[in-house]
Amino acid sequence: MMLADALIVSAILFTIGVVGVLTRRNAIILFMCVELMLNAVNLSFVTFAKLHGVSGHVFVILVMTIAAAEAAVGLAIVISVFRHFGAVDLQSLKLLRR
Amino acid sequence: MTPFYRFQFYLFALMAIGAALLFVTRRSPVSAALWLVNVMFALSGLYVMLDAPFVAAVQVLVYAGAIMVVFIFVVMLLNLGRPGQLPDLREVAPRLGAGVVGIAILANLLAVRRDALPTVALEPHADNVVTPVAELLFSDYLLAFELTSIVLLVAVVGAVVLAKRKAAP
Repeated sequence: MMLADALIVSAILFTIGVVGVLTRRNAIILFMCVELMLNAVNLSFVTFAKLHGVSGHVFVILVMTIAAAEAAVGLAIVISVFRHFGAVDLQSLKLLRR
Repeated sequence: MTPFYRFQFYLFALMAIGAALLFVTRRSPVSAALWLVNVMFALSGLYVMLDAPFVAAVQVLVYAGAIMVVFIFVVMLLNLGRPGQLPDLREVAPRLGAGVVGIAILANLLAVRRDALPTVALEPHADNVVTPVAELLFSDYLLAFELTSIVLLVAVVGAVVLAKRKAAP
């Protein structure tokens, strides 16, 4: 049952990504955790494409495009946050708390 | 399924999980990014095992080759290579919450009935792998394809606008 094992790998990778997003403070590492989650979902798309035809591969390609767009915009935001606060630590972003 | 394929499959799966664990525990963003590249290479190996060599090639080119380069480039640009003074982990309560959420998500994902999956032959066999994907992409999913190109254009413009230095007043 290698398909089930691929899905288990996908679940574990997704969980690692979620825990990373919830525990880290560095904005860049947070974005990388999001990329890891997208990759985990891609793995399950490819796994299900084995059962349901190549539509899964098309979805994977679309997800990769969106991931590239998200990385570009997210990193631009990181750059402008760094210019403004001098750090990319999420702890320094507490304008709304005051 | 030959033992060779089975061995390769589990090798890549273990590589992916191990590299992901190392990635999420590194403090320095540069080593985290390099471990994430490792995860992506392992995943592309898994894609080849799952009969998707085209997706595997795109994975290496786009993810490992382009997106991670952008990440490392930003780390270099902002000079963030070494870990800062503040602790990178959050406090104890969010960490405990993250652990609970992680266990809950993992249990949810693993509790899905997997014995309902039919067994299929897993050896990669297709010799022409681009044509079926391209046929689907340019017929059934043409609208989605065009929309992603617009999304990319908007993202490029947005990234330039956001990252541009403001002109001195």
